Amino acid sequence: MNSRSRVDDLLRTDLRVVNLGLRSFADSIRAAGGQATHVDWRPPAGGDSGLAQRLEELEAAAGYGWREPIASANAAAVGRLLAATPRVVGIARADRVIPGMTERTVLHAGPPVTWTAMCGPMRGAVIGGLLYEGLAATAAEAAEVAGSGSVRFSPCHEHQAVGPMAGVITASMPVWVVENEAFGNRAFATLNEGLGKVLRYGAYSEEVIVRLVWMRDALAPLLAKAMRKHGPLDLRGLLAQALQMGDEGHNRNRAATSLLIRELAPHLVRLTARRDDVARTLEFLHGNDHFTLNLSMAAGKCALDAAADTLASSLVTVMARNGVEFGIRLAGTGDRWFTAPAPRVEGLYFPGYGAADAALDIGDSAITETAGYGGFAMAAAPAIVQFVGGDPEMAIDTTRRMGKITLAESLAYRIPALGFRGTPTGIDALRVVQTGILPAINTGIAHRDPGVGMIGAGLVTPPIDCFAQAVRALAESIEEAEKHNAERGEESQRTQREE
Amino acid sequence: MKRVWVHRGRYLDSVFLLRVSRSLEALPGVAHASAAMGTPANLEHLARVGFVLGDAQSAGATDARAPVPDLSAPVRPDDLVIAVEARDADALRDVEESLDLLLAARPSGGVAAESLPATLSDALREDPRANLALISVPGAYAAAEARRALRRGLHVMLFSDNVPVEDEIALKDEAVRRGLLLMGPDCGTAIVSGVPLGFANVARRGPVGIVGASGTGIQEIASLIDRMGGGISHALGTGGRDLTKAVGGRSMLAAIDALAADPGTRILVVVSKAPEVSVAERVLARLAQTQKPAVVQFVGSLPQEPRGLVVFADTLADAARRALELAGLPTPSPIGAHEAPFSAGRGPLRGLFCGGTLAQEAWVVLRRGGVDVRSNVAADPSHKVKAREDVAGNVVWDLGDDAFTVGRPHPMIEPSLRDEEVARAVADPTVGIVLVDCVLGYGAHADPAGSLAHAVGRAAEVGPAGGRAVLAGRRPAVVASVTGTDRDPQGYRDQRRRLEEVGIRVAESNAQAAEWCAAFLVKHRGGEVAA
Repeated sequence: MNSRSRVDDLLRTDLRVVNLGLRSFADSIRAAGGQATHVDWRPPAGGDSGLAQRLEELEAAAGYGWREPIASANAAAVGRLLAATPRVVGIARADRVIPGMTERTVLHAGPPVTWTAMCGPMRGAVIGGLLYEGLAATAAEAAEVAGSGSVRFSPCHEHQAVGPMAGVITASMPVWVVENEAFGNRAFATLNEGLGKVLRYGAYSEEVIVRLVWMRDALAPLLAKAMRKHGPLDLRGLLAQALQMGDEGHNRNRAATSLLIRELAPHLVRLTARRDDVARTLEFLHGNDHFTLNLSMAAGKCALDAAADTLASSLVTVMARNGVEFGIRLAGTGDRWFTAPAPRVEGLYFPGYGAADAALDIGDSAITETAGYGGFAMAAAPAIVQFVGGDPEMAIDTTRRMGKITLAESLAYRIPALGFRGTPTGIDALRVVQTGILPAINTGIAHRDPGVGMIGAGLVTPPIDCFAQAVRALAESIEEAEKHNAERGEESQRTQREE
Repeated sequence: MKRVWVHRGRYLDSVFLLRVSRSLEALPGVAHASAAMGTPANLEHLARVGFVLGDAQSAGATDARAPVPDLSAPVRPDDLVIAVEARDADALRDVEESLDLLLAARPSGGVAAESLPATLSDALREDPRANLALISVPGAYAAAEARRALRRGLHVMLFSDNVPVEDEIALKDEAVRRGLLLMGPDCGTAIVSGVPLGFANVARRGPVGIVGASGTGIQEIASLIDRMGGGISHALGTGGRDLTKAVGGRSMLAAIDALAADPGTRILVVVSKAPEVSVAERVLARLAQTQKPAVVQFVGSLPQEPRGLVVFADTLADAARRALELAGLPTPSPIGAHEAPFSAGRGPLRGLFCGGTLAQEAWVVLRRGGVDVRSNVAADPSHKVKAREDVAGNVVWDLGDDAFTVGRPHPMIEPSLRDEEVARAVADPTVGIVLVDCVLGYGAHADPAGSLAHAVGRAAEVGPAGGRAVLAGRRPAVVASVTGTDRDPQGYRDQRRRLEEVGIRVAESNAQAAEWCAAFLVKHRGGEVAA
């Protein structure tokens, strides 16, 4: 373009302004009949100038978005996330299907954590898990075993698995097997135990263990048989329907659970099982609105795992908490965890409980937000904003706001209230740091003491520091790769010259 | 009783926060309220006035943006900090209850922040035909945003100040390379194709194109041209530092070229403080190249003979008049040495200005008129005084000076700072004349004349000489000019009437107001005039 003509154009054509800063300036322009787009600007990288500089270097030279190789990597990664087709293919014992699972392995939620560092509910769940596996006879003995070094603790996420709250998985537990048909990878999650005194909230009393044993010996075999009769169950379709029925796939799973019962009931009834066992199974499912939460988590996990390990991509593939730390992983930074202290959940407490009773944020369930539903689909589930004292407008605002930090809109999960637009999907860590907009996570609140259970629910956002660290690491890895390529280029030129 | 609230990750602009602070202070029992972003400077200021961040309360649960304020983490520049000192716990509770409403992301009739774009690039996706970025973010972030805009092919008006001069030069070079216009940094005023940007008046469209390194200078000329029946094509700003030796008039030259090529512009007006000589020569040479008639007003420069098509004006008003003359429009005759249309006591003159260039012009006109007068914007060191210095004789203050605005809004946006000074001067029996400006237009306060009239009226009632007699009769006289047009949101005629109703004498221009004062002071106190 002729350089002179651009200023001439400005003076001859209509002025169209982008306004950054004082909002009143945009109002003035409009009041005077001009056209202005106001930007909801805030200091990039939360005012950290070094990090802001880094981000600027990663921006595309022109237009929108990030420069190469990030742009292509993100397109590829989020493409795989969107194309995922998670299906339930069965139920199996954890040690038969989960990679790296052994008799003395205890998987847990969130980033890596040692026994001594674990929070109350997670310690309780570990004790319960060891009792359940018969690795200890009493709670005291279980604690001793846990601290002895003879048990290996490992994050679920490092074993293609996810677990709500404490997220404890031990060898003999039955797990859902969810397969991503499009990419062939699998993900695993336990069967949800219900509310109240349950292992995932750190309870390990006899009734908890008895229930776990019943789930292993009675519930799981029946469900597994029914699943075999049913054949692979399309989880994407089930979640898509649930989202149009007031669920968001994290804190509200009532519709999805009902749909699952509809799918399985005829097959359960046809089994050659005692009527009472079938009835008890159906009652158990009916009595636990969150029964499908673990499935919606496994669906998210296997969709995101398909996008993991995409070099240079800033797509967030994991957000998980262990009650002490919040951790995230990016597609472009491999197995690295980026962690920061776990935040406190803001929300409503059940009668008799308050903020002082609450554990810090815990659980792998933020995988739902990572995959593009949960808090990101809040507009689909206006009922749950009551937990944070909000209104339906706030639910819609939350989903819209998440659209600013995501790479795409879901093709499958759509929100009626937003004109059936897809849910914002695929968190871009660079965008999070650039805009300071943090992922909105719907979550339950656990009591800080083991075994009390859920005492409320609310909304939480990850510490920005996780994202800042991840972005620094990604930028470094890209720079290194480019330096390496440049050196190789020089070398090959030299070789050519020598030849 | 003091309390501090922190809203994590909630960024709001300074003008909006100003309104919040004012509204909080208006609540019963509230002694002091400050809503500001958690920048190191703001935190330091809060600590100085006795607010302890360690005692901060977390923001309410309904704040969707920051549901989990964790006060163990340090406060950052994108965290909102509200500090309130109130009579008792009840008053603090009222504050807390009002806060949510005041800070609501959904201003009445406005758009929810959620549906606004989050970055400049996002905005471009929304409006791919956007052609100019108006940037008024804090100085530390301004250069990066301007660079981003230029690289995306946008012209830029950079309102922000506190941009390092090296960044200014680099940005201006990048703009030139890309054939784009960069106005600023510290560019307060522009009017492009009739659209007001920043602090700007609504002037009739016409053949006069203005380029200015001074915001209120542009406003005064554009307003006068409008009020005298003319019109302007565009008014382009360059930023206050453009004509320094270091920056070398990079924006001024580009803007002159742009107006030279613009068929809608027949006459050029250049306005600036007196620039460095070599830069002035470069500007004059470029003006000569345009082959269009031009008027130059270097505020504070000595009158010069015309050079080709370029004529030199004595004042901002003179520049407006000459531009109309060149456009072939009828003009009022030049303002002569009038008798002052008021009488005043024998005390000294207090000039109390919101507009920097208006203050400087007033000082220049008074000096030319033979008055010994000091100012914080005086061009010559022997008459320069520091802001807030105690001055016994005549003095003109630019109250927009950083030294006056620490922790206070600029008096053009929120005139309380200036109007308090006016009230004090009017009530002061030793003061003879109070000389003020009153700037209208977008960006300015909604009713600056009303605020000024209120301050003068109230001070006169309680003044030692008692009641209206003060203004109507002997001393102190209040003399003003109003910079604005009838099309401005405040309306020139209405604002002028507000001032006249309380006995303020309103001149046709800032220069005339100063000339009146000079004539009075020289006539009545020859002995006090410097040789």
